Amino acid sequence: MTSAAPAVGVPLPPTPGRVARLGRGLRYYAPAVITFVAVIVVWELATSSAPEPRILPPPSAIVAALIENWGAGRWPLFDSARATLYEAVGGLVLGTAVGVLVAFAISRWASARDSVLPFAIAANAIPIIAIAPIFNAWFGVTNPFSKMMIVALLVFFPIMINVTRGLTQVESSALELMRSYAASDWEVLRKVRLPNALPYFLTALKVATTLSLIGAIVGEYFGGSTTVIGRVVVQSASALRFDVTWAAILLAAVTGIAFYLVVVALERALIPWHASVRGDAPA
Amino acid sequence: MADPNIDPVGRPAAEPASVVRIRGVDKRFDAGGQRVTTALSGIDLEIWRGEFVSLIGPSGCGKSTLLRLIGDLTAPTEGSVEVNGKPAHAARLGREYGMVFQAPVLFDWRTVEDNVRLPLELLGLDRSERDRRIAAMLELVELSDFARHHPYQLSGGMQQRVAIARALALQPAILLMDEPFGALDEMTRERMNSEVLRIWQQTGTTIVFVTHSIPEAVFLSTRVVVMSARPGRITRVVDVPLGNPRNDLTREDPRYFQLVTEVREALRAGGGFDTDAPMASADRLNAEGGIG
Repeated sequence: MTSAAPAVGVPLPPTPGRVARLGRGLRYYAPAVITFVAVIVVWELATSSAPEPRILPPPSAIVAALIENWGAGRWPLFDSARATLYEAVGGLVLGTAVGVLVAFAISRWASARDSVLPFAIAANAIPIIAIAPIFNAWFGVTNPFSKMMIVALLVFFPIMINVTRGLTQVESSALELMRSYAASDWEVLRKVRLPNALPYFLTALKVATTLSLIGAIVGEYFGGSTTVIGRVVVQSASALRFDVTWAAILLAAVTGIAFYLVVVALERALIPWHASVRGDAPA
Repeated sequence: MADPNIDPVGRPAAEPASVVRIRGVDKRFDAGGQRVTTALSGIDLEIWRGEFVSLIGPSGCGKSTLLRLIGDLTAPTEGSVEVNGKPAHAARLGREYGMVFQAPVLFDWRTVEDNVRLPLELLGLDRSERDRRIAAMLELVELSDFARHHPYQLSGGMQQRVAIARALALQPAILLMDEPFGALDEMTRERMNSEVLRIWQQTGTTIVFVTHSIPEAVFLSTRVVVMSARPGRITRVVDVPLGNPRNDLTREDPRYFQLVTEVREALRAGGGFDTDAPMASADRLNAEGGIG
């Protein structure tokens, strides 16, 4: 174990400047980048000579399919991704709004908690795949609203539970402090509970972005408009055009990551003071 | 008991106004089922304007509970607590308290100055008056340079100074401090003790201070209220006629040692020898458990 020895006589590196920071950044990302490139290369080499139809086409074929079907053809990928994102965002907004409202109610009134929480938990226990055909029939299979309702049901629970936690898990001494100032319930809500709940809310929102795309695509599997990611996946796979299927999956993944990053940016803007966001450098 | 006509601080005597008057207070907690815990029994205590009174005792003696009774954070089972001549409840609604807890309880989403601003917002003061008071308070605790910092950027001692600035921003009739320096290391604690004495002398605020440290109690106080456990009651009140200002030399004064010994013996006589830090958390739990 040479690393345990004190580094006596070893000259310190020069003051870290921009170059050093860049170097550290490279070293931080290098393992991920190298792994990624290696996987792509091995994938390409292993699959490019396989006979058609290839369930796992080489990356080059997937990218070609993505470009080929971007704007036109039987599977217009861009329009499909846009339609799916529309359903996901619509459902996310809906589910989040209801989740936040219910969280406020049950953290304020014990009677609301006792009457709503069992049903919320029961609703959360329903496998989303089981309820999707019902929602499609109920709200119109071609209407994007049916997919939004599926998404809303899926994201409601994590939002509701986390916001409730944020509103109620306040340090007891913080509440006593407010009490010593004779603060009203409203003031406690506005000045303590709300800011306390914000990090919980944003954490749930990050989870919900991923869930919303899952919900939208699952809903699409059970019918509806054909220019959506879910239908492209189902139909291209049954037509043995797995290159298009993979292109659609790639697009869905990229959309999901972008969606997630939007919430991360929101987090940085809204709660720069929180331990999950700030760099913990003392003054 | 201190004679109300003698000003214990040695300042020009104002009218000997009573800030806290506790008469025949009992406090019992429902410990679940048929069990009832008597936290405090037969408490009589009067605290005069400008005094610095420490409550000291073994864990479970109800010293934190007594502080919370004064602050109307919990209600007595028997007896009455008056603050500034009115019931404690009315005093709380009149915002006559400043509270400092063992944890600083600062809000991370607010900067230092915004944390101090919080009670002033609740009071509804106009902006210029708020800013004036915040500046004055931060100057008082010598943190003016850190106004725009966030609490997590400060050391434990600095955070507690912000909490003191916040507590004093309302210019309260009485400052209640519940083991405020219990979480600090010994060096920081001694520095904070001198700091609190300076603030006390500068502002003239009446202070009630819960501690489990005998030297701290003697160094800070004009009177030390010694309590014993099961049931919690006041066994002795020790006057501390050390002059002001007190400083590091005070800690080497033979009279200081005498008083420390006197308080220790009073504690021992009451059956509470061990007042070390680990016990204090149990004491807090005891007090907090009874609130809900």
